[in-house]
Amino acid sequence: MSVKVMIPTPLRVYAGKRDSANFTAATVGEALSGLTTQFAELRRHLYTEDGKLRAFVNVYLNDEDIRYLRQENTPTKDGDTISIIPSIAGGSAENRN
Amino acid sequence: MAPTLQPQTGTKPATSLTNEEILRYSRHLIMPEVGMEGQLKLKNAKVLLIGTGGLGAPLGLYLAAAGVGRLGLVDFDVVDFTNLQRQVTFGTSDVGKFKSEAARERLSNLNPNIQIEAFETKLTSDNALELFKDFDIIVDGTDNFPTRYLVNDACILLGKPNVYGSIFRFEGQATVFGIPEGPCYRCLYPEPPPPGLVPSCAEGGVLGVLPGIVGSIQAMETIKLILGAGDSLVGRLLLFDALAMKFRELKLRKNPSCPMCGEHRTINKLIDYYEFCGVRGEEAPASDVQVPEITPRELKSRLDRGDDLFILDVREPHEFQICNLKGHLIPLGELPRRVHELDSSREIVAHCRSGKRSAEAVDFLRKAGIRKILNLKGGILAWSDEVDPSVPKY
Repeated sequence: MSVKVMIPTPLRVYAGKRDSANFTAATVGEALSGLTTQFAELRRHLYTEDGKLRAFVNVYLNDEDIRYLRQENTPTKDGDTISIIPSIAGGSAENRN
Repeated sequence: MAPTLQPQTGTKPATSLTNEEILRYSRHLIMPEVGMEGQLKLKNAKVLLIGTGGLGAPLGLYLAAAGVGRLGLVDFDVVDFTNLQRQVTFGTSDVGKFKSEAARERLSNLNPNIQIEAFETKLTSDNALELFKDFDIIVDGTDNFPTRYLVNDACILLGKPNVYGSIFRFEGQATVFGIPEGPCYRCLYPEPPPPGLVPSCAEGGVLGVLPGIVGSIQAMETIKLILGAGDSLVGRLLLFDALAMKFRELKLRKNPSCPMCGEHRTINKLIDYYEFCGVRGEEAPASDVQVPEITPRELKSRLDRGDDLFILDVREPHEFQICNLKGHLIPLGELPRRVHELDSSREIVAHCRSGKRSAEAVDFLRKAGIRKILNLKGGILAWSDEVDPSVPKY
């Protein structure tokens, strides 16, 4: 099953500036695993050191939060879109470094 | 279904419009969805804007123009030149003025029939409940995580809707939190990202029109809440990608175990949100990493006397084009795989725009075994201030 993973702007720098990537995966977890294998630097942004999805990372399968499905075990079907929704705080982009 | 607002007690509501107001609002009055009844709802509405910056600009302008009877503007910041690219409330002559006051002047000129209050203060856990209590709707146009959690929690504690908008470079998010049957910010983001993990530095910046679009969506949602019209964004997260010019929508669910709005609330008062978000101090906090530093003046005198220094610039290529110190460019994100480009036999001075990214670079390189390395304190900004004012600041 081919699923598309949408990569949000703040994380694109760790994903070769790509905005999405396609993976063959039977579950959401498999697709995310494919993503973090292809882009190893993404791993620490999505997972804790003991391999759990970070609490501030929201993952959606199509328009539904996987927390209300079967988390990373949620099955995927051909043509599904997985979205990683980041916390963004900007209101006027004052906080630069 | 349109959520209904809690009636506010206090001054007697207006029951009529003046002839001047009827003329001014005629394009509303001839719409059945607004009409006289809706316009009076707008006139009797009290909306508090948190932040008068990028999102606050279209919010303030459209809500004032639409005739929202009482607008509160909370901002402690001062207008600077870099704001003018997107904060369209302000003109060049406003640079140096308090934003809330400059916005109040502009909006009063736009609509003298409404009451506008400027609060030149930073929103804190100590003043939020007091500030919010006299308003019907709170609109979140802030720019940092601690204030976003603070606005959320104060809205939930007081039972007030929180019209949320957020932007990053060319992406925006908008929704409505704080309606009893709907989710809150903590349902979506139970925890803030730890500082430093979400890239903010090199990835910073915002397309000037983006806050105009997202802030306008917030203004529209605010007006719909006041009118009780249409389908509100409660329970839906609107995502906007300006480059792709695409809107998407995700379902937002109320988390039954949310510590703030769930069945068993465990947060019953406002907390220290800087601590909650892992940041201390004002503004964008200084980096946690402590690394050896060199001041711009010291660097200048060492370069002048011919010391052999390797200048490492860890900014992005597009920043290098704005101005540079003729250093070797390796963006922070590429440093791990480009370490071999460094000449570790020479002393290295790393710099970025403000000194924060380069502190991370120095910390990383020291851990990688490079010892002769210093961070340029204050970055290119301090270099411009202290050594060479011909270098532009950005």
